[in-house]
Amino acid sequence: MNSDLHPGREHAGAAIRCAALSRSFGGTGLVLDRLSFQVEPGEFVALLGPSGSGKSSLLRLTAGLDNPDSGQLVVEAASGAVLRGFVFQEATLMPWRTVLRNTTLPLELAGWARVDAESRAAEELRRMRLTEFAARYPHELSGGMKMRASVARALTTQPNLLLLDEPFAALDEPTRHGLQMQLREIWLALGMTVLFVTHSVTEAVFLADRIIVLSHRPARLILDHMVVLPERRDAELRTALEYIDQVRRIAAAMPVSGEAS
Amino acid sequence: MTLNARLASWLPPLLPLIVSLGAAEIAVRLAWVPSYLVPAPSEVLQSLLDDRSELALAAWATLSSALAGLALSFLAGTFFAIVLSSSDLARRAFYPYAVFFQTVPIISIAPLLVIWFGFGQPTVIASATIVSVFPIIASTLLGLKSTEPALLDLFKLYTASSGQTLWMLKIPFALPQIFSGLRIASGLAVVGAIVGEFIGGGGLGSVVDGARTQQRIDRVFAAVLISSLLGVVLVGAVNFISALSLGSWHSSERNSS
Repeated sequence: MNSDLHPGREHAGAAIRCAALSRSFGGTGLVLDRLSFQVEPGEFVALLGPSGSGKSSLLRLTAGLDNPDSGQLVVEAASGAVLRGFVFQEATLMPWRTVLRNTTLPLELAGWARVDAESRAAEELRRMRLTEFAARYPHELSGGMKMRASVARALTTQPNLLLLDEPFAALDEPTRHGLQMQLREIWLALGMTVLFVTHSVTEAVFLADRIIVLSHRPARLILDHMVVLPERRDAELRTALEYIDQVRRIAAAMPVSGEAS
Repeated sequence: MTLNARLASWLPPLLPLIVSLGAAEIAVRLAWVPSYLVPAPSEVLQSLLDDRSELALAAWATLSSALAGLALSFLAGTFFAIVLSSSDLARRAFYPYAVFFQTVPIISIAPLLVIWFGFGQPTVIASATIVSVFPIIASTLLGLKSTEPALLDLFKLYTASSGQTLWMLKIPFALPQIFSGLRIASGLAVVGAIVGEFIGGGGLGSVVDGARTQQRIDRVFAAVLISSLLGVVLVGAVNFISALSLGSWHSSERNSS
């Protein structure tokens, strides 16, 4: 079950169709209010919104970790099975397992033999430049390395839908910028559909090809914007006028914060 | 560590011991305290040496009963905690009784145990089990219920079976609490065994009881000293196993060795 990692887009992405999706919780009331949008296979979409706007709830619904109250949410892949990878806000590694054994976990749960799982996981650790840390325990790693291990774990099942919930928010700026570029490269190489939740306008513009801006709770769709920037994005882009122009447009559409309800 | 540094770390706890033993010795020798109430430390030491083979046999009997009781309460307590953690209904239905069970004083049901299990080791083991099972249930249950929610989500995302979630996530996550329950339970198992021996016979409990009726206060003290040592040895053994299994990853063990 090995795949050679030749360059080029190897996995077709999954498509997401979301129609009049609503979800409410006991304590906070309505969180998502009749949300409708579609994501095409292989798109890199940023879900942008103020804190507590329900974008994480939307991501959990897409992951199948939660069920909507009403409306429709369909995730489908041309190849058949939808394989999801999820990266949480924290690295959420198991402290009693080494980096390698954390990375093999999704495969073990799917019933892979240990040897096969370890060789598959080793490929993703190489991609995330963690090969020499494979035998380390999470507490021996820096925050950035833990997050890279978490991304490697999400990639081991070769997902066609990668879901990320503000994964880089807790990292320092150089580390965050490095991981953003790495994630963009991974997407260019593998071509899965990516849904990236963030509250940072600059992060959304740098990473995504399309940005969906959500309002304060209950979340409605405010703006659906195609980012006009080159496909390959490097550090110089962060100071380029075209980039700043995109940031300005999105920032203007962002709901004004203040009411922390 | 140099010899001086080692001495410096041992001296603070040793000093009160030496002073109080010395004071007791002087108090008894000068007859400030009658020797039928408190024996001189030297008498206790003499009794330990004179009766060493009998005390060693009794200590072994108590230790093996305490270990058997601890093993039983570990198996039963862990099983019970897993059942309680798997269903809210089960927890609401049974946990209050587990708490109630814990509050029944063992000394008052020990005669019942003799009626059920007869004189001898089964009664002693039952007593050790009853006294030590609750801390294991409570700690294990707490550990199983405190699994990190994001990790539970991860297992759900990959459609893990409930068996996989239990063995690969919940139990490893609960290990520190399981060990802290075992640590409390291992001290209590010795207490439970000795209480059982008061009534069911055998072991250090019988030695204490017999020496009391013979007014051999020095033997009582010698047996009490050994029974405390047994508790220390058991707790030490649990600490050792805990350090072996958590040492590589858990913060409670990481810096201590």
